[in-house]
Amino acid sequence: MHFIFKTRYEQDIALFKHGGQNFWYAALALALVAAPWLLSEYTLSQVTFIGIYAIVCLGLMLLAGFTGQISLGHAGFLAMGAYTEAYLQGMGWPFMISLPMAALVAGITGIMIGLPALRVKGMYLSIATLAFGFILEEVVVRAEHITGGNAGRQLGALTIAGVNFDDGANFYYLVTGIAVLCVLGVLNLLRSPTGRAFVAIRDSEVSAQSMGINLAHYKTVAFALSAALAGIAGALYAHKIRFITPDQFGFLQSIELLMMVVIGGLGSIQGAIFGPAFWFVVQQVIVVGKDWLPPALGQQTGLQPTIFGIILIAIVLFEPMGLYGRWLKFRTFLEIFPFYRKGMFKRQKSYMKSERMK
Amino acid sequence: MLQLLQLIVSGAAIGCIYALLALGFVLIYKATETVNFAQGDLMMVGGFIGLAVMTVIGLPFWLAFLVTVVAMALVGMGIERLVLRPLLGQPAFTVVMMTIGIGYLARGLVTMIPYWGTETHTLPVPFKDEVIWIGGEGGKTGGLVISVEHLVIILATVALVALLYVFFRYTKLGIAMQATSQNQLAAFYMGIPVRRVNMLIWGLSAAICGVAGLLLAPITFVHANMGFVGLKAFPAAVVGGFGSIPGALVGGLIIGIVESLAGFYLPEGFKDIAAYVVVLVMLVVKPNGLFGDNLTKKV
Repeated sequence: MHFIFKTRYEQDIALFKHGGQNFWYAALALALVAAPWLLSEYTLSQVTFIGIYAIVCLGLMLLAGFTGQISLGHAGFLAMGAYTEAYLQGMGWPFMISLPMAALVAGITGIMIGLPALRVKGMYLSIATLAFGFILEEVVVRAEHITGGNAGRQLGALTIAGVNFDDGANFYYLVTGIAVLCVLGVLNLLRSPTGRAFVAIRDSEVSAQSMGINLAHYKTVAFALSAALAGIAGALYAHKIRFITPDQFGFLQSIELLMMVVIGGLGSIQGAIFGPAFWFVVQQVIVVGKDWLPPALGQQTGLQPTIFGIILIAIVLFEPMGLYGRWLKFRTFLEIFPFYRKGMFKRQKSYMKSERMK
Repeated sequence: MLQLLQLIVSGAAIGCIYALLALGFVLIYKATETVNFAQGDLMMVGGFIGLAVMTVIGLPFWLAFLVTVVAMALVGMGIERLVLRPLLGQPAFTVVMMTIGIGYLARGLVTMIPYWGTETHTLPVPFKDEVIWIGGEGGKTGGLVISVEHLVIILATVALVALLYVFFRYTKLGIAMQATSQNQLAAFYMGIPVRRVNMLIWGLSAAICGVAGLLLAPITFVHANMGFVGLKAFPAAVVGGFGSIPGALVGGLIIGIVESLAGFYLPEGFKDIAAYVVVLVMLVVKPNGLFGDNLTKKV
């Protein structure tokens, strides 16, 4: 266990708290830089996907994990980003302008979803996001002259300042760079008054309001930021896939994004990266492993949803802090080695808090 | 005019399905303050159980209906006992994620059944493709055409709601359920086994889903994605006011009829989103719904 003796104010606001963290994050950065030389082309492409999904999950984590608002329509934001990018690229806009525009358009959509947040909360808000998600999907299908409708839309090659970014390694660096910037941005946001307000709203709306936090304003900001991150990821996703159709951004996608965040661990930045990473690794394991299973079991389309459903239920039941929580326990076990006790991370049970007037 | 009536009748029939599902939400929400996002998938499971009982075992429709309802009640009770009771006292988000997980798992498990789960099936009901003519000449031209499938849905819903009304009003268990949903602690002090009652409420709600699944099956067929219809029960429940039983019925009918009219009078595409547009308007104008009470959180 590290006990940090703080002697300067800078230590209090430092992103990396001690030498161990410096070392491991530097090692991670090095590994990320070296990845194209170490990994096969296919694996690198999967890692790129993890990076893209990590950006969406980061946004969703900000909303669900830190502000406590459940969004069941996040795929809609992803679609806004992807189609904005596809459309603007088709008009000949450079990537450096169209990417922020994708974030902006998705963010504005997020503000529109935040509007019902002025009046409703909790479960009603998640139903509003569900409704918005379906409406966005239908809008994408119908706006054929922009989106190509159900037939889909093709994206051109991605070049920035004359350099081609379509091949594996370059695109990987682009995605990783943007993902790292997003993580740093969210980390810093969470240390700012806005981030503190988000956490206060998550823990108790009533007490947050009593302390002078404007609920509607901060919820709208949370939705806008979360949607903007999804928009950025959507733009990158569109370039990665190169052919986008509306059914890639349906309700199931929203549910799967939410599942990634919960599996990763609600309320932790690391969870937003663990979640998609775990998701893609398990997906690969299923692809490889199903040849070993009897064909009656292994060749069914339902195999993957069944496994992920079981994982989600197990996580919610046994490890509410997700993979990050598991990692935290393991680390604590090592750090204080012979002194780890079973109940150290035990959840405190509380009586059901009613939302009703009695 | 006749056309309008026609649209309203078919809309009302689909609306009854939404109403039944919304009724399931409302029962669970009132009792445990949990929103069950797996409701639509439970309906899909009900449809498949009915299909299995009819085609594999070969029971006649009405017997299969009974078997399905009992099986679904057991499924609902099992879900509550196995995965939801351990979460008692956890935040609402945890429970919502659990129900989402159950729905996702149910869809996965059904598509795991070899040669069966991924197909679209027709439920061999006795009243398939029959119509009743009202008015018109010689009973064949003009007049109102009502398909028997729609009529059965409406009649069954009315009968079920009447049954539920009697159940909640006159039986001991029904009154215990009402008491539990009003105040768990007070109900517990009065000697009501709150946990068991909650389990029974889940069973009741799942059984209603099973009924909805069997009624919907002749119209949309039985397939693994049937559960997505269940998502439209959310708008129904919200429009009616989450937590009000008559509200769920009225909400379901409104959503069904609006959808049917939008499909005819508005351009293509509006039919699928009509329910969601209605719910967004409702949330902005009157978030508590038509029959909802004014809820404020007590600190």
